[in-house]
Amino acid sequence: MFVPCGESVPDLTGFTLLMPAVSVGNVGQLAIDLIISTLNMSKIGYFYTDCLVPMVGNNPYATGEENSTELSINAEVYSLPSRRLVALQLRSIFIKYKTKPFCEKLLSWVKGSNCARVIVLSSSHSYQRNDLQLRSTPFRYLLTPSMQINVQNKMKSLNWEEMEKSPCIPEINDSEFCVRIPGGGITKALYDESCSKEIQMAVLLKFVSEGDNIPDALGLVEYLNEWLQIIKPHVSSEDPTVPSLRWKMPSSWRLLFGSGLPPALF
Amino acid sequence: MAATFFGEVVKAPCRAGTEEEEEEEEEGRRETPEDREVRRQLARKREVRLLRRQTKTSLEVSLLEKYPCSKFIIAIGNNAVAFLSSFVMNSGVWEEVGFAKLWNEWCRTTDTTHLSPAEAFCIFYHLKSNPSVFGSCTRKNTQVTILTCRHVTDYKTSESTGSLPAPFLKALKTQNFKDPACCSLLEQPNIVHDLPAAVLSYCQVWKIPAILYLCYTDVMKLDLITVEAFKPILSSRSLKSLVKNIPQSTEILKKLMTTNEVQSNIYT
Repeated sequence: MFVPCGESVPDLTGFTLLMPAVSVGNVGQLAIDLIISTLNMSKIGYFYTDCLVPMVGNNPYATGEENSTELSINAEVYSLPSRRLVALQLRSIFIKYKTKPFCEKLLSWVKGSNCARVIVLSSSHSYQRNDLQLRSTPFRYLLTPSMQINVQNKMKSLNWEEMEKSPCIPEINDSEFCVRIPGGGITKALYDESCSKEIQMAVLLKFVSEGDNIPDALGLVEYLNEWLQIIKPHVSSEDPTVPSLRWKMPSSWRLLFGSGLPPALF
Repeated sequence: MAATFFGEVVKAPCRAGTEEEEEEEEEGRRETPEDREVRRQLARKREVRLLRRQTKTSLEVSLLEKYPCSKFIIAIGNNAVAFLSSFVMNSGVWEEVGFAKLWNEWCRTTDTTHLSPAEAFCIFYHLKSNPSVFGSCTRKNTQVTILTCRHVTDYKTSESTGSLPAPFLKALKTQNFKDPACCSLLEQPNIVHDLPAAVLSYCQVWKIPAILYLCYTDVMKLDLITVEAFKPILSSRSLKSLVKNIPQSTEILKKLMTTNEVQSNIYT
């Protein structure tokens, strides 16, 4: 359930909700971190749930002493009212059998708060790509029917690739075709639920392998930015191979691969 | 899936935990009413129950409503519990008011209905001389203190963990906890998870003042030096009034150590 930080519940009518799926490489979550950090979004509440493994830590977006001691939990909501953006960040993995209840609670909150649309940032196993997918861009999008009406033309003008259908049961030759997102966590479940509840939802994902997924996260936010123009698009005089300069990495991304090494090792 | 150096393809675990979800989805499709019933019964068996000490009947009302208090201290793990028992609970008379009974697949005991108090994993005590301060308890009047330990290799720092002065204390506090901590706060990007995180998250969300004292140590079993690392907390506002006799506490602690020492010698 959503619990506001302050006394009153903020009005999110007409806002765009950005959220991650906990998926391979944690790319969606890294991308949301970049968005919250770059836009300096303020925390407006918590999504208090027993569906995620509990975790706490000090402010992951701290910029100095004065804001480094605010406690953060595993699911928090941030907003930027001037751009009508609200972001939900999920920081831990799901507890077994709790993904379905979580999707239900989340979508019921989305409907209740009158958000205009939801954009899910996700990823899928790159080793599961078929031959065609191997040769094309690693980015894909998916729209629910109610969203398609509004943005299909925009997608065409951006020249984006829609997520292809593949055999539902890969081992069987004449299996039906459906959208599969291996490694995507709750992405497919959220998408299916939104279709049946007529929620305007778009899924943006990248095919990735696990490892240092920061470049994948940067790629995904640039992909999102082509559509939403969260930060100004890069100018041709700028070096397009360095997207990292335009997005601010949060201070919590330090030591992603562990502590320093003992000098005696060398 | 990942390829090893020798060319074999192995299934590598995904750190986002998504393999389980795909299994769950397939299980959900094949689930029969019998499976659902089995799962429901298992969930009931795993519920945490709070029981009254003497009668072992359930506590129908919330523990904090029945025993309103201004200070709620929770110690998790053997070193934190030893600290609390020796330094805080040795003064005054502490009455056992209840215990929590729980079972999951990792428990060695199979009998879930008649768990003896010795097997209870969580026991609640309250101080007889000062049972309540502000009468009926609203959440806002309670201050929560949590003590626990973690292995020093969990602590992320740009130096190597081998060079850290273990054991050392770090703190995390909720927004509403206004007193200063007795040690430095846990720096980014360090996090805490499991039970201490669950308690602190609850307190943060519902605006209860709470503080977690985390001892990073390289000895996870009961250890004198680790327990004594919690000592700076004795000067905190919440514990100062509860601590009476430190030399006596040290003696109690030493006795606890010797009774718990496992005499292991392969020659005897």
